Amino acid sequence: MESETGIVTIRNVTKSYRRGSQVVPVLEDISFGIRSGEFLALMGPSGSGKSTLLNLIAGIDKVDSGSISIGGCEITTLSDSELAGWRAVNVGFVFQFYNLIPVLTAYENVELPLLLTRLTRRERREHVEAALDIVSLSDRMDHRPSQLSGGQQQRVAIARAVVTDPAILVADEPTGDLDRVSAGEILSLMDHLVRDFQKTIIMVTHDPRAAEKAHVIRHLEKGLLTDG
Amino acid sequence: MARRMTTVLTASGMALVVFVFAATLMLTDGLQKTLVATGSSDNVIVIRKGSQSEVQSGVERLQANIVEIQPEIATGSDSRRLLAKELVVLINLPKRGSNKPANVVIRGTGTASLTLRHQVRLIEGRMPRPGSAEIMAGASIARRFKGAGIGEHLRFGMRDWTVVGIFDAGTTGFNSEIWGDVDQLMQAFRRPVYSSVLFRLADSDSFEKFKERIESDPRLTLEAKREPRYYLDQSEAMSKFLGILGMTLTVIFSLGAIIGAMITMYATVANRVAEIGTLRALGFQRSSILAAFLSEALLLGLIGGLAGVFCASFMQLITISTMNWQTFSELAFSFRLTAATILKSIGFSLLMGLAGGLVPAVRAGQMSIVDALRES
Ligand SMILES: Nc1ncnc2c1ncn2[C@@H]1O[C@H](COP(=O)(O)OP(=O)(O)O)[C@@H](O)[C@H]1O
Ligand SMILES: [Mg+2]
Repeated sequence: MESETGIVTIRNVTKSYRRGSQVVPVLEDISFGIRSGEFLALMGPSGSGKSTLLNLIAGIDKVDSGSISIGGCEITTLSDSELAGWRAVNVGFVFQFYNLIPVLTAYENVELPLLLTRLTRRERREHVEAALDIVSLSDRMDHRPSQLSGGQQQRVAIARAVVTDPAILVADEPTGDLDRVSAGEILSLMDHLVRDFQKTIIMVTHDPRAAEKAHVIRHLEKGLLTDG
Repeated sequence: MARRMTTVLTASGMALVVFVFAATLMLTDGLQKTLVATGSSDNVIVIRKGSQSEVQSGVERLQANIVEIQPEIATGSDSRRLLAKELVVLINLPKRGSNKPANVVIRGTGTASLTLRHQVRLIEGRMPRPGSAEIMAGASIARRFKGAGIGEHLRFGMRDWTVVGIFDAGTTGFNSEIWGDVDQLMQAFRRPVYSSVLFRLADSDSFEKFKERIESDPRLTLEAKREPRYYLDQSEAMSKFLGILGMTLTVIFSLGAIIGAMITMYATVANRVAEIGTLRALGFQRSSILAAFLSEALLLGLIGGLAGVFCASFMQLITISTMNWQTFSELAFSFRLTAATILKSIGFSLLMGLAGGLVPAVRAGQMSIVDALRES
C-alpha cells in the first residue's frame, strides 16, 4: 500500500466527535498513502467524513488514534504551535467559500501567509506577483474580494495557497460554490499546478467532472474507505 | 452597520467614563492650584496650635506681640516690620439678583497685609483708610454680592461699611474676601483676639529656627506654617472628598463601559469566526489572534480615552464657585488639565479596553480551527 515516493502516509486513523454525552464515530481505521505529485479526489456522500479526513491531513484537526506522516514528519505528534508553523510551510488551503479576508485587497490576501516568513517586503512582492500571475489575476491585485466574481475569488485563494510554495494543497469542495465555467477554470488551474509545479493535491468533491481531472479517486462511506 | 453602532456606543461610553475621571482630577488640581497659589513660600502664618484654619484660630494680643518682636521678621521699605495681625470672620451676605445669603470672609487687615500678598492688587478706587469704616472687596465678591460694588454700602457687625476699593487677587482665594481695618472690625464683631499673624521672613531659611522657638515657648500656644503648606493642608479634605466622589462615579460608570467593551468585542469576534479559522489554518498562532483582538480592544479604549479627554479639556473654560469647607466661604476655582491627568486618563481608558477585551480575545485565541471554519 505504501509506495517509495509516498508523501502522505495514513495509518489506522480513527476520529470521533462528541455531541453532548454521545460519541459519534466519524472515521474508522483509515489507512492509505498518497504519492508525491498525485491529484487525489476524496468522494462520498455528505457526512461520510471527507472534510474530517482532509482536516486531519492538513494538520488543523487531531486524530483520536493512528498516525499521519507527511514528507517524513509525524504530524500527529506535533503540538498546536508546532503544527501552526508546520502548516505555514507545508500546506496550502483552498476552501469552498474562498475564505478571503474581506477588508484586504487581492494582493494583501495573497501576501498574508508570507507575513509568517522572514522575507523582506520586496521579496514578498515578487512572490505575490508570481502567484497572482499563475492564476492570471495580476490585473486585479488591488481589488477587494467583494469586487471580484466567485471564480476570481477562488483563484485569489489558490494564489494564496501556493504563494509559500508548499508541497501539498488541500481543497474542500473548491468548485462547490461556482458555476460550470468558473469551476472548469479552477479545475484546469489545479491540473496545471500538479503538472507544471509538481504539487500534491488532495481535493474533497461531489463534482464528477472534478473527479475526472484527478489521478486517484477514493470513496468514503460512513467513515470507511470503500476502495483501495 | 449595527456593529458599527455598537462600536460607536461603546467608545462613547468609555469617553463618558474618562470624562468623569479626568474632570475629577482636573477639579482637584484646579482646587489645589487656587489654594496653593494663595500662598508665598517666604510668608509664615502663625495660628493657634491644633486649629485647621484661621477661622478656628485665635491669637491673643499678648502672644501676637511676642511674635511681632522675633528677629526673623523682614522689614519693609518704610522700615516697618512686614507683619500683619489679622482677623477672619465669616458672615452672611445676600447675593445680587437672587438675594440668597451666602458666606463671605471678612478679613481685618493691617498696613502690611497688602504688601505681604503680592497677588492682591487694587484695581478700582482706593485703599480703606485705617481707623475708618471703609472696606475693599475682592473682584468676585463685588460682582456677586449685593452692596459690595464700589461706592456701595454693606451692613454687618451692626455698622454700615462703605466699599471704597476693589481688589483683584488673580486665581487666589482672596478674591472671595472683604478687607477692612483690623481694629475697627474687632470692635464691631466684639472679638478680643486676632485670628492669625502673617509675616515675611527676612531669610527664607530661618523658618525652622523660628518655628522651633515659637512652638517651644511656654508662653505661646501657637504653631507656624509656611503659607503654601497652610493652604495645601486646607485643600486636603476638600480634595479628598472630591476625589472619592469622582472615583466612586468613575468606578460605577467604568463597570458599565467595560461590559459594553466586552459585548462589542464578543460581537467582533463572533463576526470574524471564519477569518480566525482561516488565519489559524494558514499558520498564524493562537497568540497572534489573541494579540490582534487585544490591540483592537486597546484601540477602542484609546479612541474613547482621547474623546473623553478632548471633551474634558473644555471644562477648563468653566469656573466653579463652591463652598470652601474650611472657611465655609465662597471659593472660586477652575478645572485644570495637566499632562499627568491626560496620561492617567488615557492609561485608564486603555485599561478599560483591556479589561473588556481580554475574555473575548482569549476566546478567539482558544477557538478550534475546525469549529471556526465549520461555523462560517
Ligand atoms: N466539529 C465537529 N463536531 C461535531 N461533529 C462533527 C464535527 N465535524 C464533523 N462532525 C460530524 O462528523 C461527520 C462527518 O463530517 P464531515 O467530515 O464534515 O463530512 P463530509 O465532509 O463528508 O460531509 C458528520 O456527521 C458531522 O456532523
Ligand atoms: Mg465536507
